[in-house]
Amino acid sequence: MPLIEITQTVDARGLSCPMPIVKTAQAVKPLPSGAVVELLATDVGSIKDVAAWCRATGNELIEQTSDGAVYHFVIRRK
Amino acid sequence: MDEPLNLVLFSGTDDKLQAAAVLTAGAAALGKPVNIFLQYWALDAFRAMKIGEDHGLAPEAGPAGRIAVDALAKAGQATWAETLRQAKDLGAVDIQACSLSMDLLQLESIDLDPLVDGIEGVTAFYLNAGEGQVVFI
Repeated sequence: MPLIEITQTVDARGLSCPMPIVKTAQAVKPLPSGAVVELLATDVGSIKDVAAWCRATGNELIEQTSDGAVYHFVIRRK
Repeated sequence: MDEPLNLVLFSGTDDKLQAAAVLTAGAAALGKPVNIFLQYWALDAFRAMKIGEDHGLAPEAGPAGRIAVDALAKAGQATWAETLRQAKDLGAVDIQACSLSMDLLQLESIDLDPLVDGIEGVTAFYLNAGEGQVVFI
């Protein structure tokens, strides 16, 4: 897999719904197209929420992994 | 996604306002406009002098609900007012006070928290609601 350069990291660990999505949307908004945002979250709802948010907004969910209790998402801005 | 989400907030307890703030922030993150109409006790909770106070919980919460809500707050959950502030920062969230409720509570616009964008009647609310869903909380 080619190396993906992360533009910005959003640390939403410990935050409850809907803050992981709110923080992600805030971070993505001012970035240029193609920028890559990484999200760390512990809210179990974020698994479905991040995917749904990406689908609805046209941003691309490149990667989704879980390291025990922490969910890790990599999103490319539309 | 273009039709707004329209929330009529009637109840002024922290749990119901929190639920409304979560719905608002989620919609704002998706780019969906949100119109909020504040009536009765919800409007009372948006007084500048009272917004940061404890507004209690709905009766069904009971003592166990109080403990659960306090635990979540202690774990760092944003207050409903803070969640609404973030939602406004993110998208088109318009918060209007119901003019009848302003009269009922004997409020002037200066009495309200800056989260509130203005005062309107129910007709203006319906006009702005368009074809979007109306949710009463």
